[in-house]
Amino acid sequence: MHGKNLKFFMPLCDFRRLAAGIAAMSVLALAAAHATTDDGIAAGKSLAMERSKGNCLACHSIEDGELPGTIGPPLVAMKLRFPERAALKQQICDATVRNVDSRMPPFCRHGILTEDEVELIVDYLYTL
Amino acid sequence: MKNSAAMLLLSLVPMLTQQAAVAGPEDDREAFVEYFQSRFPDVAFAEFANGIYAIDEDARGQWLDIEEFPPYEFAVEQGETLWQEALPDGARLADCFGQSTGDIRPAYPRFDAGRGEVVTLAVAINDCRQTQKLPVWPYDSEELISITAYLAYAARGKPVVTQIHADEPGALAAYEEGKRFYYSKRGQLNFACSDCHVTSVGLHVRADRLSPSLGHTTHFPVYRSKLGTVISLHQRFSGCVRDVRAKPFALQSEEFRNLEYFLSYMSNGLEFNGPGARK
Ligand code: HEC
Ligand code: HEC
Repeated sequence: MHGKNLKFFMPLCDFRRLAAGIAAMSVLALAAAHATTDDGIAAGKSLAMERSKGNCLACHSIEDGELPGTIGPPLVAMKLRFPERAALKQQICDATVRNVDSRMPPFCRHGILTEDEVELIVDYLYTL
Repeated sequence: MKNSAAMLLLSLVPMLTQQAAVAGPEDDREAFVEYFQSRFPDVAFAEFANGIYAIDEDARGQWLDIEEFPPYEFAVEQGETLWQEALPDGARLADCFGQSTGDIRPAYPRFDAGRGEVVTLAVAINDCRQTQKLPVWPYDSEELISITAYLAYAARGKPVVTQIHADEPGALAAYEEGKRFYYSKRGQLNFACSDCHVTSVGLHVRADRLSPSLGHTTHFPVYRSKLGTVISLHQRFSGCVRDVRAKPFALQSEEFRNLEYFLSYMSNGLEFNGPGARK
């Protein structure tokens, strides 16, 4: 996957290819809202892990994540537990809808993550 | 993956808050103590003065090693020197307090009916400087913190006896404000103090294990090995408020003094054991 990324970005010095690259990237961005891509999953993973973004590891254990917190349940078997994408998205965007006293930050409502970023995180979570 | 302990916690906290809202401080305190004792049935009440070390064996072992050469000793000595120092008019800081050195720390925080507000030890020391026409110390200054370290050390073993007198309605109001602050969600991350130090007590935020709030005030000021310096209780409050990305409050602001008043009341009956040492 990383190899593919490199091939995609390397030739950008050529102007014509740059234009093509930008077009491809916006298609990619559009696609992210509808279909899952490898790049989207990778982006979702880093959004979930980064301390200044999701920082989900502060509270949840996640595959590959070091020193996880234990405040929330481990993020595993997400498709099984959240067959409905909208429900998973809502849990991340505003956990207080389901549980008013939730200790999980309302990521969209408080502007910590955008809805698009949450979509990418959901793509990633469905691989767990 | 919901475990029953977590469910129990989620259901207990609203109960605690509701009950606290209608009952007086003493009922609040009993419910607070009962909650932590039921969470940690093997921990003796007096142990809660030791913060995280009361509930974490590994951290406790490291702490006992650290205490062999107490890293706050320097602050205690510096504080004692400042305390004994003769001021320009020949007076000493001690002259303001009319109590034996070991009794000064336990007399704060207290509600001053004349001023209509909570007075903490740090404020009382600066008041004393003002009556002696000396400039006040900033609340994060080494001087002020080391004097509180000295007075904490002198009070070791004395019980916490925070008072709320029934004939001073302002005292109850200040306590209620502190309590409201403690249980209110705040900041971009939407946390109340109680979310971490009551509901999630003993759990990990990444690598940090959350200490019980019962006993939070007994051991300050505290030497932080991460910072290599001794910090005040209000600096710790300030750090936790910043961590939830909330609006900051000044050290010794009315909000923090009321919060200290509430938390000190919750710790009544424990022993003073400052200064402490933490990572
Ligand atoms: C500060 C703590 C905290 C952080 C940070 C946090 N969560 Fe949570 N999460 C919780 C808690 C507590 C629960 C339990 C349910 C509740 O209270 O809402 C939870 C529940 C969930 C659930 C539902 C699990 C289930 O089985 O019901 C999902 C999915 C989830 N979190 C995903 C995330 C993602 C993704 C992130 C990061 C973008 C994140 N969480 C960040 C505390 C947190
Ligand atoms: C997101 C979690 C979180 C929130 C919310 C939080 N804290 Fe903390 N707090 C911590 C962590 C982590 C530590 C360091 C480990 C420990 O001792 O609990 C800590 C430490 C402390 C300590 C020092 C304990 C000691 O023994 O040295 C005090 C006092 C404290 N917090 C008070 C508060 C107050 C008051 C609030 C609300 C304004 C608050 N905390 C909110 C996570 C939090």
